[in-house]
Amino acid sequence: MKPNESKPSSGADPSENSGAFAGPDSTRYTKIQELVYELKVSDAMMRNIITTTPDTSMSELREILRANRISGTPVMEGGKMVGVISIEDFIMWLGSGKADCPIKEKMTTEVDTMYANEPLVHAIGKLDKTGYGRLPVIDRQSGKLIGIITKGDIIERLLHKLEIEYHEEEIHRYRASHIFEDIIGDKVALTFQSSVKGKDFSRAGEASSGLKKTLERLGIHPQIVRRAAIASYEAEINVVIYTDGGTITASVQPDKIRIDVNDTGPGISDVDKAMQPGYSTASEWVREMGFGAGMGLVNIKKCADKMELVSTVDKGTHLRIYIDINNTQEHSKAG
Amino acid sequence: MTKGLRNKMKLEQLKEILQAKVLCCGDHLDREIEMVCGSDLMSDVLAFIKADSLLLTGLTNPQVVRTAEMAEITAVCFVRGKQPHAETIKLAEARKMPLLTTGLSMFESCGRLYREGLHSCDETK
Ligand SMILES: Nc1ncnc2c1ncn2[C@@H]1O[C@H](COP(=O)(O)OP(=O)(O)OP(=O)(O)O)[C@@H](O)[C@H]1O
Ligand SMILES: [Mg+2]
Repeated sequence: MKPNESKPSSGADPSENSGAFAGPDSTRYTKIQELVYELKVSDAMMRNIITTTPDTSMSELREILRANRISGTPVMEGGKMVGVISIEDFIMWLGSGKADCPIKEKMTTEVDTMYANEPLVHAIGKLDKTGYGRLPVIDRQSGKLIGIITKGDIIERLLHKLEIEYHEEEIHRYRASHIFEDIIGDKVALTFQSSVKGKDFSRAGEASSGLKKTLERLGIHPQIVRRAAIASYEAEINVVIYTDGGTITASVQPDKIRIDVNDTGPGISDVDKAMQPGYSTASEWVREMGFGAGMGLVNIKKCADKMELVSTVDKGTHLRIYIDINNTQEHSKAG
Repeated sequence: MTKGLRNKMKLEQLKEILQAKVLCCGDHLDREIEMVCGSDLMSDVLAFIKADSLLLTGLTNPQVVRTAEMAEITAVCFVRGKQPHAETIKLAEARKMPLLTTGLSMFESCGRLYREGLHSCDETK
Protein backbone atom coordinates (compact mmCIF):
# COMPACT_ATOMS: atom_id res chain seq x y z
CA MET A 1 0.00 0.00 0.00
CA LYS A 2 2.86 2.40 0.50
CA PRO A 3 5.87 1.58 -1.62
CA ASN A 4 5.42 5.05 -3.01
CA GLU A 5 7.09 6.38 0.07
CA SER A 6 10.45 4.90 -0.84
CA LYS A 7 13.10 7.54 -1.39
CA PRO A 8 14.53 8.11 -4.86
CA SER A 9 17.09 5.42 -5.54
CA SER A 10 19.95 7.86 -6.11
CA GLY A 11 20.84 7.47 -2.46
CA ALA A 12 21.44 11.17 -2.01
CA ASP A 13 20.06 12.81 1.06
CA PRO A 14 17.21 14.97 -0.23
CA SER A 15 17.85 17.63 2.36
CA GLU A 16 21.23 18.14 0.80
CA ASN A 17 20.07 19.28 -2.60
CA SER A 18 17.22 21.33 -1.23
CA GLY A 19 19.90 23.71 -0.01
CA ALA A 20 20.73 24.60 -3.58
CA PHE A 21 17.31 26.16 -3.92
CA ALA A 22 16.37 27.51 -0.57
CA GLY A 23 19.49 27.76 1.52
CA PRO A 24 18.24 29.96 4.34
CA ASP A 25 21.59 31.45 5.17
CA SER A 26 22.88 32.06 1.70
CA THR A 27 23.27 35.80 1.37
CA ARG A 28 23.40 36.05 -2.40
CA TYR A 29 20.23 35.33 -4.30
CA THR A 30 20.92 33.67 -7.60
CA LYS A 31 18.70 33.90 -10.63
CA ILE A 32 17.39 30.37 -10.02
CA GLN A 33 16.46 31.26 -6.47
CA GLU A 34 14.53 34.23 -7.73
CA LEU A 35 12.79 32.13 -10.33
CA VAL A 36 11.62 29.41 -7.94
CA TYR A 37 9.81 32.08 -5.95
CA GLU A 38 8.54 33.95 -8.99
CA LEU A 39 7.23 30.99 -11.00
CA LYS A 40 4.07 29.21 -9.93
CA VAL A 41 3.43 25.47 -9.87
CA SER A 42 1.03 26.05 -12.77
CA ASP A 43 3.89 27.47 -14.85
CA ALA A 44 5.81 24.20 -14.72
CA MET A 45 3.19 21.44 -14.39
CA MET A 46 2.08 19.07 -17.11
CA ARG A 47 -1.47 19.89 -18.08
CA ASN A 48 -2.56 16.94 -20.19
CA ILE A 49 -2.70 14.33 -17.49
CA ILE A 50 -2.81 10.65 -18.23
CA THR A 51 -5.02 9.00 -15.62
CA THR A 52 -5.96 5.46 -14.68
CA THR A 53 -8.94 4.03 -12.80
CA PRO A 54 -8.87 1.87 -9.66
CA ASP A 55 -9.85 -1.13 -11.77
CA THR A 56 -7.12 -0.78 -14.37
CA SER A 57 -4.91 -3.84 -13.96
CA MET A 58 -1.22 -3.67 -13.07
CA SER A 59 -0.36 -5.35 -16.36
CA GLU A 60 -2.24 -2.67 -18.27
CA LEU A 61 -0.46 -0.02 -16.23
CA ARG A 62 2.87 -1.08 -17.67
CA GLU A 63 1.67 -0.35 -21.19
CA ILE A 64 0.20 3.03 -20.13
CA LEU A 65 3.46 4.14 -18.50
CA ARG A 66 5.57 2.90 -21.38
CA ALA A 67 3.43 4.34 -24.19
CA ASN A 68 3.23 7.77 -22.55
CA ARG A 69 6.80 7.76 -21.21
CA ILE A 70 5.60 8.68 -17.74
CA SER A 71 6.51 7.40 -14.30
CA GLY A 72 3.11 7.49 -12.62
CA THR A 73 -0.52 8.56 -12.90
CA PRO A 74 -3.29 9.86 -10.69
CA VAL A 75 -6.03 7.29 -10.21
CA MET A 76 -9.47 8.74 -10.91
CA GLU A 77 -12.93 7.50 -10.02
CA GLY A 78 -16.10 9.43 -10.88
CA GLY A 79 -14.16 12.65 -11.55
CA LYS A 80 -12.39 12.43 -8.18
CA MET A 81 -8.78 11.55 -7.53
CA VAL A 82 -8.65 8.50 -5.26
CA GLY A 83 -4.91 7.79 -5.36
CA VAL A 84 -1.63 7.80 -7.23
CA ILE A 85 0.10 4.84 -8.82
CA SER A 86 3.79 5.07 -9.71
CA ILE A 87 6.46 3.07 -11.47
CA GLU A 88 7.92 2.24 -8.04
CA ASP A 89 4.62 0.58 -7.13
CA PHE A 90 4.79 -1.32 -10.39
CA ILE A 91 8.35 -2.52 -9.78
CA MET A 92 7.49 -3.63 -6.25
CA TRP A 93 4.57 -5.59 -7.60
CA LEU A 94 6.72 -7.14 -10.34
CA GLY A 95 9.43 -8.01 -7.84
CA SER A 96 6.96 -9.67 -5.50
CA GLY A 97 6.02 -12.09 -8.29
CA LYS A 98 2.35 -11.84 -7.32
CA ALA A 99 -0.50 -12.34 -9.75
CA ASP A 100 -2.05 -9.48 -11.72
CA CYS A 101 -4.39 -7.28 -9.69
CA PRO A 102 -6.27 -3.98 -10.01
CA ILE A 103 -4.35 -0.76 -9.37
CA LYS A 104 -6.45 0.05 -6.30
CA GLU A 105 -4.64 -2.67 -4.36
CA LYS A 106 -1.21 -1.15 -4.91
CA MET A 107 -1.81 2.59 -5.19
CA THR A 108 -1.02 5.25 -2.59
CA THR A 109 -4.27 6.65 -1.26
CA GLU A 110 -2.99 9.35 1.05
CA VAL A 111 -1.80 11.65 -1.68
CA ASP A 112 0.16 14.84 -1.14
CA THR A 113 -0.98 17.56 -3.53
CA MET A 114 0.03 21.09 -4.55
CA TYR A 115 -2.13 24.08 -5.34
CA ALA A 116 -1.61 25.53 -8.82
CA ASN A 117 -0.90 29.05 -7.55
CA GLU A 118 1.77 28.09 -5.00
CA PRO A 119 5.32 29.18 -5.81
CA LEU A 120 7.51 26.54 -7.40
CA VAL A 121 9.75 26.46 -4.35
CA HIS A 122 6.94 24.82 -2.34
CA ALA A 123 6.76 21.97 -4.84
CA ILE A 124 10.53 21.50 -4.68
CA GLY A 125 10.36 21.39 -0.90
CA LYS A 126 7.52 18.89 -0.85
CA LEU A 127 9.10 16.61 -3.45
CA ASP A 128 12.28 16.56 -1.41
CA LYS A 129 10.58 16.06 1.92
CA THR A 130 8.25 13.28 0.85
CA GLY A 131 10.54 11.61 -1.64
CA TYR A 132 7.63 11.30 -4.08
CA GLY A 133 8.41 11.55 -7.76
CA ARG A 134 5.30 13.52 -8.67
CA LEU A 135 2.61 15.63 -7.07
CA PRO A 136 -0.91 16.13 -8.41
CA VAL A 137 -1.82 19.79 -8.82
CA ILE A 138 -5.20 21.06 -7.67
CA ASP A 139 -6.96 24.29 -8.61
CA ARG A 140 -7.54 26.12 -5.34
CA GLN A 141 -10.95 27.48 -6.36
CA SER A 142 -12.61 24.45 -7.94
CA GLY A 143 -10.70 21.77 -6.04
CA LYS A 144 -10.26 19.98 -9.36
CA LEU A 145 -7.16 18.11 -10.52
CA ILE A 146 -5.64 20.22 -13.30
CA GLY A 147 -2.09 18.93 -13.66
CA ILE A 148 0.80 16.95 -12.33
CA ILE A 149 4.29 18.12 -11.47
CA THR A 150 7.58 16.21 -11.35
CA LYS A 151 11.17 17.24 -10.66
CA GLY A 152 11.80 16.85 -14.37
CA ASP A 153 9.06 19.37 -15.21
CA ILE A 154 10.54 21.86 -12.75
CA ILE A 155 14.06 21.55 -14.11
CA GLU A 156 12.82 21.80 -17.67
CA ARG A 157 10.81 24.93 -16.93
CA LEU A 158 13.68 26.61 -15.08
CA LEU A 159 16.15 25.89 -17.86
CA HIS A 160 13.71 27.15 -20.44
CA LYS A 161 13.09 30.34 -18.51
CA LEU A 162 16.80 30.95 -18.02
CA GLU A 163 17.35 30.42 -21.71
CA ILE A 164 14.61 32.92 -22.62
CA GLU A 165 16.07 35.55 -20.32
CA TYR A 166 19.52 34.97 -21.66
CA HIS A 167 18.16 35.29 -25.17
CA GLU A 168 16.38 38.57 -24.35
CA GLU A 169 19.57 39.98 -22.90
CA GLU A 170 21.39 38.95 -26.09
CA ILE A 171 18.83 40.69 -28.30
CA HIS A 172 19.14 43.77 -26.16
CA ARG A 173 22.88 43.79 -26.57
CA TYR A 174 22.63 43.13 -30.27
CA ARG A 175 20.23 45.96 -30.93
CA ALA A 176 22.10 48.46 -28.84
CA SER A 177 25.49 47.86 -30.33
CA HIS A 178 24.68 46.84 -33.88
CA ILE A 179 21.82 49.01 -34.93
CA PHE A 180 24.11 51.25 -36.92
CA GLU A 181 26.49 48.63 -38.20
CA ASP A 182 24.35 47.62 -41.14
CA ILE A 183 24.03 51.19 -42.33
CA ILE A 184 26.81 52.49 -44.54
CA GLY A 185 27.86 56.10 -44.33
CA ASP A 186 30.55 58.35 -42.92
CA LYS A 187 28.13 59.88 -40.51
CA VAL A 188 24.98 58.10 -39.43
CA ALA A 189 22.28 59.44 -37.16
CA LEU A 190 18.65 58.76 -36.52
CA THR A 191 16.77 62.00 -35.94
CA PHE A 192 13.26 62.64 -34.67
CA GLN A 193 11.54 65.84 -33.65
CA SER A 194 8.47 66.81 -31.60
CA SER A 195 6.95 70.21 -31.03
CA VAL A 196 6.18 71.50 -27.55
CA LYS A 197 3.24 73.81 -26.91
CA GLY A 198 3.89 76.72 -24.58
CA LYS A 199 1.78 77.32 -21.46
CA ASP A 200 -0.17 74.09 -22.04
CA PHE A 201 0.50 72.04 -18.94
CA SER A 202 -1.97 69.32 -19.85
CA ARG A 203 0.30 68.10 -22.63
CA ALA A 204 3.63 68.88 -21.00
CA GLY A 205 5.79 65.78 -21.08
CA GLU A 206 4.30 64.22 -24.19
CA ALA A 207 7.36 64.92 -26.31
CA SER A 208 9.71 63.40 -23.73
CA SER A 209 7.42 60.44 -23.23
CA GLY A 210 7.61 59.77 -26.98
CA LEU A 211 11.37 60.19 -26.96
CA LYS A 212 11.67 57.70 -24.12
CA LYS A 213 9.61 55.09 -25.96
CA THR A 214 11.62 55.48 -29.15
CA LEU A 215 14.93 55.09 -27.33
CA GLU A 216 13.57 51.99 -25.58
CA ARG A 217 12.57 50.51 -28.92
CA LEU A 218 16.03 51.14 -30.28
CA GLY A 219 17.27 48.84 -27.55
CA ILE A 220 19.34 51.46 -25.77
CA HIS A 221 20.36 50.56 -22.23
CA PRO A 222 17.56 51.36 -19.73
CA GLN A 223 19.86 53.50 -17.60
CA ILE A 224 20.78 55.67 -20.59
CA VAL A 225 17.14 55.92 -21.63
CA ARG A 226 16.18 57.03 -18.12
CA ARG A 227 18.80 59.79 -18.06
CA ALA A 228 17.82 61.02 -21.52
CA ALA A 229 14.14 61.01 -20.56
CA ILE A 230 14.66 62.96 -17.33
CA ALA A 231 16.87 65.58 -19.03
CA SER A 232 14.47 65.99 -21.93
CA TYR A 233 11.48 66.22 -19.59
CA GLU A 234 13.03 68.95 -17.43
CA ALA A 235 13.85 70.93 -20.58
CA GLU A 236 10.37 70.36 -21.97
CA ILE A 237 8.76 71.62 -18.77
CA ASN A 238 10.88 74.78 -18.96
CA VAL A 239 9.72 75.38 -22.54
CA VAL A 240 6.10 74.94 -21.45
CA ILE A 241 6.46 77.23 -18.44
CA TYR A 242 8.66 80.05 -19.70
CA THR A 243 8.03 80.24 -23.46
CA ASP A 244 5.29 80.11 -26.09
CA GLY A 245 6.60 76.88 -27.52
CA GLY A 246 9.51 75.15 -29.15
CA THR A 247 10.88 71.86 -30.41
CA ILE A 248 12.74 68.86 -29.07
CA THR A 249 14.99 67.14 -31.57
CA ALA A 250 16.76 63.94 -30.69
CA SER A 251 19.57 62.57 -32.79
CA VAL A 252 20.77 59.06 -32.01
CA GLN A 253 24.29 58.35 -33.19
CA PRO A 254 26.32 55.16 -32.84
CA ASP A 255 28.02 56.40 -29.69
CA LYS A 256 25.78 59.13 -28.30
CA ILE A 257 22.36 60.72 -28.12
CA ARG A 258 22.10 64.44 -28.79
CA ILE A 259 18.98 66.25 -27.65
CA ASP A 260 18.34 69.81 -28.85
CA VAL A 261 15.66 71.81 -27.10
CA ASN A 262 14.98 75.10 -28.87
CA ASP A 263 12.46 77.80 -28.17
CA THR A 264 11.76 81.33 -29.36
CA GLY A 265 10.81 82.57 -25.90
CA PRO A 266 12.04 85.41 -23.72
CA GLY A 267 15.54 84.00 -23.28
CA ILE A 268 17.62 83.94 -20.11
CA SER A 269 19.50 87.13 -19.22
CA ASP A 270 22.03 85.48 -16.91
CA VAL A 271 22.70 81.86 -17.87
CA ASP A 272 25.19 81.29 -15.03
CA LYS A 273 22.64 82.42 -12.49
CA ALA A 274 19.93 80.24 -14.04
CA MET A 275 22.26 77.26 -13.70
CA GLN A 276 22.60 77.75 -9.94
CA PRO A 277 20.65 75.32 -7.79
CA GLY A 278 17.56 76.98 -6.33
CA TYR A 279 17.42 79.93 -8.73
CA SER A 280 13.94 80.25 -10.15
CA THR A 281 11.64 82.87 -11.61
CA ALA A 282 8.67 80.50 -11.63
CA SER A 283 5.33 82.05 -10.76
CA GLU A 284 2.83 80.84 -8.21
CA TRP A 285 0.78 78.63 -10.58
CA VAL A 286 3.95 76.82 -11.60
CA ARG A 287 4.91 76.19 -7.98
CA GLU A 288 1.46 74.81 -7.30
CA MET A 289 2.11 72.19 -9.95
CA GLY A 290 5.23 71.03 -8.11
CA PHE A 291 7.78 72.87 -10.27
CA GLY A 292 9.87 75.97 -9.68
CA ALA A 293 12.46 74.61 -7.26
CA GLY A 294 15.24 75.93 -9.48
CA MET A 295 16.63 72.44 -9.88
CA GLY A 296 15.70 71.66 -13.48
CA LEU A 297 18.87 72.83 -15.24
CA VAL A 298 21.02 71.35 -12.46
CA ASN A 299 19.22 68.07 -13.00
CA ILE A 300 19.78 68.18 -16.74
CA LYS A 301 23.48 68.76 -16.19
CA LYS A 302 23.62 65.82 -13.82
CA CYS A 303 21.96 63.50 -16.34
CA ALA A 304 24.03 64.68 -19.29
CA ASP A 305 27.59 63.79 -20.21
CA LYS A 306 27.84 67.25 -21.75
CA MET A 307 25.47 70.21 -21.85
CA GLU A 308 25.47 73.52 -23.70
CA LEU A 309 23.07 76.34 -22.94
CA VAL A 310 22.93 79.36 -25.22
CA SER A 311 20.28 82.01 -24.71
CA THR A 312 19.55 85.46 -26.14
CA VAL A 313 17.05 87.74 -24.46
CA ASP A 314 13.90 88.22 -26.58
CA LYS A 315 15.21 85.73 -29.15
CA GLY A 316 15.13 82.37 -27.44
CA THR A 317 17.02 79.59 -25.76
CA HIS A 318 19.00 76.67 -27.19
CA LEU A 319 19.84 73.79 -24.94
CA ARG A 320 21.97 70.92 -26.21
CA ILE A 321 22.34 67.74 -24.21
CA TYR A 322 24.77 64.91 -25.02
CA ILE A 323 24.49 61.46 -23.49
CA ASP A 324 27.10 58.76 -24.19
CA ILE A 325 25.37 55.55 -25.15
CA ASN A 326 28.10 53.42 -23.65
CA ASN A 327 28.43 55.25 -20.35
CA THR A 328 26.20 53.09 -18.16
CA GLN A 329 27.98 53.87 -14.90
CA GLU A 330 25.82 55.30 -12.13
CA HIS A 331 25.98 59.05 -12.53
CA SER A 332 27.38 61.21 -9.79
CA LYS A 333 25.03 63.04 -7.48
CA ALA A 334 24.08 66.64 -8.13
CA GLY A 335 26.57 69.08 -6.64
CA MET B 1 21.53 46.94 6.28
CA THR B 2 22.89 43.49 5.69
CA LYS B 3 24.63 42.91 2.45
CA GLY B 4 22.99 41.04 -0.40
CA LEU B 5 19.34 40.81 0.49
CA ARG B 6 17.61 44.15 0.52
CA ASN B 7 14.14 44.70 1.86
CA LYS B 8 11.48 44.67 -0.79
CA MET B 9 7.78 45.05 -0.46
CA LYS B 10 4.88 44.16 -2.68
CA LEU B 11 2.42 47.01 -3.33
CA GLU B 12 -0.24 44.72 -1.90
CA GLN B 13 1.44 44.79 1.52
CA LEU B 14 2.25 48.47 1.25
CA LYS B 15 -1.42 49.18 0.67
CA GLU B 16 -2.29 47.42 3.94
CA ILE B 17 0.39 49.28 5.90
CA LEU B 18 -0.78 52.67 4.63
CA GLN B 19 -4.46 51.66 4.78
CA ALA B 20 -4.57 52.96 1.25
CA LYS B 21 -7.25 52.76 -1.42
CA VAL B 22 -6.33 51.71 -4.94
CA LEU B 23 -7.31 54.26 -7.58
CA CYS B 24 -6.19 52.36 -10.65
CA CYS B 25 -4.20 49.38 -11.96
CA GLY B 26 -5.14 47.20 -8.99
CA ASP B 27 -4.09 44.17 -11.01
CA HIS B 28 -0.44 45.23 -10.74
CA LEU B 29 -0.16 45.15 -6.96
CA ASP B 30 2.19 42.18 -7.10
CA ARG B 31 4.97 44.54 -8.17
CA GLU B 32 7.71 45.12 -5.64
CA ILE B 33 9.36 48.31 -4.50
CA GLU B 34 12.61 48.75 -2.65
CA MET B 35 12.74 52.44 -1.84
CA VAL B 36 10.45 55.33 -1.14
CA CYS B 37 10.66 59.04 -1.94
CA GLY B 38 8.30 61.54 -0.35
CA SER B 39 8.20 64.95 -2.03
CA ASP B 40 6.02 67.65 -3.51
CA LEU B 41 8.80 69.02 -5.70
CA MET B 42 8.98 67.29 -9.04
CA SER B 43 12.56 68.37 -9.76
CA ASP B 44 13.64 66.89 -6.45
CA VAL B 45 11.92 63.66 -7.35
CA LEU B 46 13.60 63.61 -10.75
CA ALA B 47 16.97 64.31 -9.18
CA PHE B 48 16.93 61.76 -6.40
CA ILE B 49 14.44 59.02 -6.90
CA LYS B 50 15.74 55.60 -7.95
CA ALA B 51 14.02 53.40 -10.49
CA ASP B 52 11.53 50.85 -9.10
CA SER B 53 10.50 52.87 -6.09
CA LEU B 54 7.36 54.42 -4.65
CA LEU B 55 6.55 58.13 -4.75
CA LEU B 56 4.56 59.59 -1.87
CA THR B 57 3.21 63.03 -2.71
CA GLY B 58 0.53 65.57 -1.93
CA LEU B 59 0.39 66.75 -5.54
CA THR B 60 -2.32 65.32 -7.75
CA ASN B 61 -1.91 66.84 -11.21
CA PRO B 62 -1.03 64.70 -14.27
CA GLN B 63 2.61 65.86 -14.18
CA VAL B 64 3.07 63.58 -11.19
CA VAL B 65 2.42 60.59 -13.44
CA ARG B 66 4.63 62.04 -16.19
CA THR B 67 7.42 62.52 -13.69
CA ALA B 68 6.95 58.98 -12.43
CA GLU B 69 7.05 57.69 -15.99
CA MET B 70 10.32 59.44 -16.82
CA ALA B 71 12.00 58.29 -13.61
CA GLU B 72 10.69 54.70 -13.90
CA ILE B 73 8.80 54.93 -10.62
CA THR B 74 6.72 51.83 -9.92
CA ALA B 75 3.73 53.43 -8.21
CA VAL B 76 2.46 56.68 -6.69
CA CYS B 77 0.57 57.08 -3.42
CA PHE B 78 -1.20 60.36 -2.61
CA VAL B 79 -1.19 61.39 1.04
CA ARG B 80 -3.82 63.04 3.27
CA GLY B 81 -6.69 61.45 1.37
CA LYS B 82 -6.06 63.52 -1.75
CA GLN B 83 -8.13 62.57 -4.75
CA PRO B 84 -6.30 63.11 -8.06
CA HIS B 85 -7.80 64.72 -11.15
CA ALA B 86 -9.54 62.35 -13.58
CA GLU B 87 -6.83 63.14 -16.13
CA THR B 88 -4.13 61.95 -13.73
CA ILE B 89 -5.84 58.59 -13.34
CA LYS B 90 -6.37 58.28 -17.08
CA LEU B 91 -2.70 58.88 -17.76
CA ALA B 92 -1.65 56.38 -15.09
CA GLU B 93 -3.98 53.74 -16.51
CA ALA B 94 -2.44 54.17 -19.95
CA ARG B 95 1.00 53.70 -18.38
CA LYS B 96 -0.16 50.73 -16.26
CA MET B 97 1.05 52.59 -13.19
CA PRO B 98 -0.79 51.84 -9.94
CA LEU B 99 -2.09 54.90 -8.06
CA LEU B 100 -3.08 54.72 -4.40
CA THR B 101 -4.40 57.21 -1.90
CA THR B 102 -4.01 57.13 1.88
CA GLY B 103 -5.70 59.17 4.59
CA LEU B 104 -2.40 59.30 6.49
CA SER B 105 -0.13 62.33 6.46
CA MET B 106 3.19 62.39 4.62
CA PHE B 107 5.05 62.06 7.93
CA GLU B 108 2.99 59.14 9.17
CA SER B 109 3.19 57.37 5.79
CA CYS B 110 6.96 57.68 5.60
CA GLY B 111 7.31 56.62 9.23
CA ARG B 112 5.27 53.47 8.80
CA LEU B 113 7.15 52.38 5.68
CA TYR B 114 10.51 53.11 7.25
CA ARG B 115 9.56 51.02 10.26
CA GLU B 116 8.72 48.14 7.92
CA GLY B 117 12.27 48.20 6.58
CA LEU B 118 11.92 50.25 3.43
CA HIS B 119 14.54 52.86 2.78
CA SER B 120 14.86 56.28 1.31
CA CYS B 121 16.12 56.91 -2.21
CA ASP B 122 19.11 59.01 -1.21
CA GLU B 123 20.66 56.41 1.07
CA THR B 124 23.45 54.50 -0.58
CA LYS B 125 22.48 50.93 -1.41
N1 LIG C 1 13.64 77.86 -21.88
C1 LIG C 1 13.71 78.88 -21.03
N2 LIG C 1 13.36 80.12 -21.37
C2 LIG C 1 13.44 81.14 -20.51
N3 LIG C 1 13.87 81.01 -19.25
C3 LIG C 1 14.26 79.81 -18.82
C4 LIG C 1 14.20 78.68 -19.68
N4 LIG C 1 14.67 77.61 -19.00
C5 LIG C 1 14.99 78.05 -17.76
N5 LIG C 1 14.76 79.37 -17.65
C6 LIG C 1 15.04 80.21 -16.46
O1 LIG C 1 15.99 79.55 -15.65
C7 LIG C 1 15.47 79.36 -14.34
C8 LIG C 1 15.99 78.06 -13.77
O2 LIG C 1 15.45 76.98 -14.48
P1 LIG C 1 15.38 75.55 -13.83
O3 LIG C 1 14.74 74.62 -14.78
O4 LIG C 1 16.73 75.20 -13.34
O5 LIG C 1 14.47 75.77 -12.57
P2 LIG C 1 12.91 76.03 -12.50
O6 LIG C 1 12.27 75.70 -13.80
O7 LIG C 1 12.70 77.39 -12.00
O8 LIG C 1 12.46 75.00 -11.39
P3 LIG C 1 12.40 73.41 -11.54
O9 LIG C 1 12.99 73.06 -12.84
O10 LIG C 1 13.16 72.89 -10.38
O11 LIG C 1 10.98 73.04 -11.46
C9 LIG C 1 13.98 79.41 -14.51
O12 LIG C 1 13.32 79.82 -13.32
C10 LIG C 1 13.83 80.46 -15.61
O13 LIG C 1 13.94 81.76 -15.09
MG1 LIG D 1 12.68 73.84 -14.74
